[in-house]
Amino acid sequence: MQTLQAENELVHPGSFSCPGCGLTMAYRHVLKALGRNTVVVTTAGCGSVVAGYYPMTSIKVPFFHCSFGTAASTAAGLRAGLDMMGKENTQVLAWAGDGGTFDIGLQSLSGAAERNDNILYVCYDNEAYMNTGVQRSSATPPGTWTTTTPGEAPEDRLKKDIVGIMAAHGVPYIATACTSFPEDLRKKVRRARAIPGFRFLHVLAPCPTGWMYAASETVHIGRLAVSTRTFPLFEILDGETTRLSPMPDKVPVTDYLKAQRRFRTLNEEEVRRIQEDVDRRWSRLSSAGRRKEE
Amino acid sequence: MKTLMTGNEAAAMGARMSRPQVIAAYPITPQTSIAEKLAGYTARKEIEARYIKVESETSAMAACIGGSLSGARVFTATSSQGLALMHELLHWAAGARLPVVLVNVNRSMAAPWSLGVDHNDTLSQRDTGCLQIYCETAQEVLDTVPMAYALAEKALLPVLICMDGFLLSHYTEPVDLPNQEDVDRFLPRRRADYRMDPNRPFTFGGGVSAEVLYGLRRRMQQDMDAAPALWEKINRRFRKIFARSLPAVETHGMEGSDLALVTNGTMAGTVKAYLRDRGAEKGVGLVKMRFFRPFPTESLRKVLEGCRAAVVVDRDLSPGGGGIFAQEVRAALHGTGPGIPVVSVIGGLGGVDVTPDHLDRLVTDLRSRRELPFETLWMEV
Repeated sequence: MQTLQAENELVHPGSFSCPGCGLTMAYRHVLKALGRNTVVVTTAGCGSVVAGYYPMTSIKVPFFHCSFGTAASTAAGLRAGLDMMGKENTQVLAWAGDGGTFDIGLQSLSGAAERNDNILYVCYDNEAYMNTGVQRSSATPPGTWTTTTPGEAPEDRLKKDIVGIMAAHGVPYIATACTSFPEDLRKKVRRARAIPGFRFLHVLAPCPTGWMYAASETVHIGRLAVSTRTFPLFEILDGETTRLSPMPDKVPVTDYLKAQRRFRTLNEEEVRRIQEDVDRRWSRLSSAGRRKEE
Repeated sequence: MKTLMTGNEAAAMGARMSRPQVIAAYPITPQTSIAEKLAGYTARKEIEARYIKVESETSAMAACIGGSLSGARVFTATSSQGLALMHELLHWAAGARLPVVLVNVNRSMAAPWSLGVDHNDTLSQRDTGCLQIYCETAQEVLDTVPMAYALAEKALLPVLICMDGFLLSHYTEPVDLPNQEDVDRFLPRRRADYRMDPNRPFTFGGGVSAEVLYGLRRRMQQDMDAAPALWEKINRRFRKIFARSLPAVETHGMEGSDLALVTNGTMAGTVKAYLRDRGAEKGVGLVKMRFFRPFPTESLRKVLEGCRAAVVVDRDLSPGGGGIFAQEVRAALHGTGPGIPVVSVIGGLGGVDVTPDHLDRLVTDLRSRRELPFETLWMEV
């Protein structure tokens, strides 16, 4: 843990993030694991705001703010150019939020995945358009309050299965991770770094501002997301082999839902349905994957 | 070496000879054969490039932006709806000051569907910060590509090379094919001072204050203003090697003429045919505009000096505004000397025929009027 805090920091302190920001933690761990020989492309969103405002920057590696829907294709072009310039060893990181990945960026993401472009795509998922002030995205889970799914009509659709979509592309490496499990996250980034081709990391990045919990609770909330299996940790190799990651023992989903005011309008029946959905998905995942002690 | 080529083949050859390192393109009629040719060159390793077979024009331009950020030379081609789909990214490429070169095969914008040519696709990109150069012949297309790179990489702005769909893209013409060694001498490899290099990290395109944005836009205008002189210099260098040049504005038969037909693209060829047969007796000359952005105001004022009127034939329409070139020519001539009236004529939309006879009827009509019309005229179909 000491080396984690002291060395190879590629994200400066003092960024524009909210206190307790999950994605800023993800930034730190991902870049630390990738190392200095990395270039980053990011879309509009909290990720670009956290990176800074001219003439300041919080990121110590080359960084391009691209258009909202084009993280993957911009990164693919950058990859091709770097290869032609003899910089094959430079890692290209596409860094996008759930809006830039699940919604407006899905087409370019699918294109790059299908072509197996040699980039690492990390989606930091805070489950809504947080940078514009909490509007629902297709990553927003059922029962969530956002400004476009207000109390009278909370989100009623299931979260889009982005990992399933990516798995269907047969890309060499997919992993889910959460900022509350930094060693697991960094291990997955290092694994992804070593694999050529298209690699996809889906990182749950809890957001105190949009999820409505105290800024000090970010790590706790992320741990609950994983322990309730709302957001299980696993890897998929070549779109075929599912491998579960070490996780705390399973607990009821209410622990997670009650800790956040974005779920405040849920009644018992709705909580039961969410639990059923979590159980169904978890049973499917755990039968597909074998728990592997690491 | 003389050979026969379509406009699209000339575009692909011009790109090939410019040695792009990243090519990203998405097929669209009538651009498709450019994408196919370049895919073939790359597959057979006749050029050292990565060809990214993107899933849309948005991604084509995004990949060009990414490729250009690495310091590589990049190329794409599109048409009509594809260019419209790129619109956001054109702003992005220009704002990030990336020397992307794009060949657009002009085609009408839907609805309704049409494959015919007009220039609304490129003219709708007027304010993106991309330069626009219009071509009349396959030779011009071929020559313009390496020249556009020379300009783009000096001005640090993207260039749109525009050619008329089918009328130029699909017709075969004799072309003088340059030697690769000569093109290499004219256009050395790109040297990017600012690029995505971990050894020298920069941030590109991040948030700025209003003052910084204002300053950057002003800088863009200054660099646009400097582009015509830069183009002249590039032309002098090109002429020395290839004995040809492509000035921003070109004239034919203007001496002794008091009426100028101002137009661009293949329409200039039609005007030339008209002038060849009937120009002198009608007192008409041609002003062919290669450049649209930056608008070649100074050259235009110079060549139109002393004219009784400039008759601008637009193969485009800004509904509610009229001919787009006509508006720009009017603005450019406003306040000059005695003031030259501008007559605005729309013709050739959707690729509809404009023949020397159409032009003759237009000139005869204008000569018969006591006062020149200010309202937009439409050529008869």
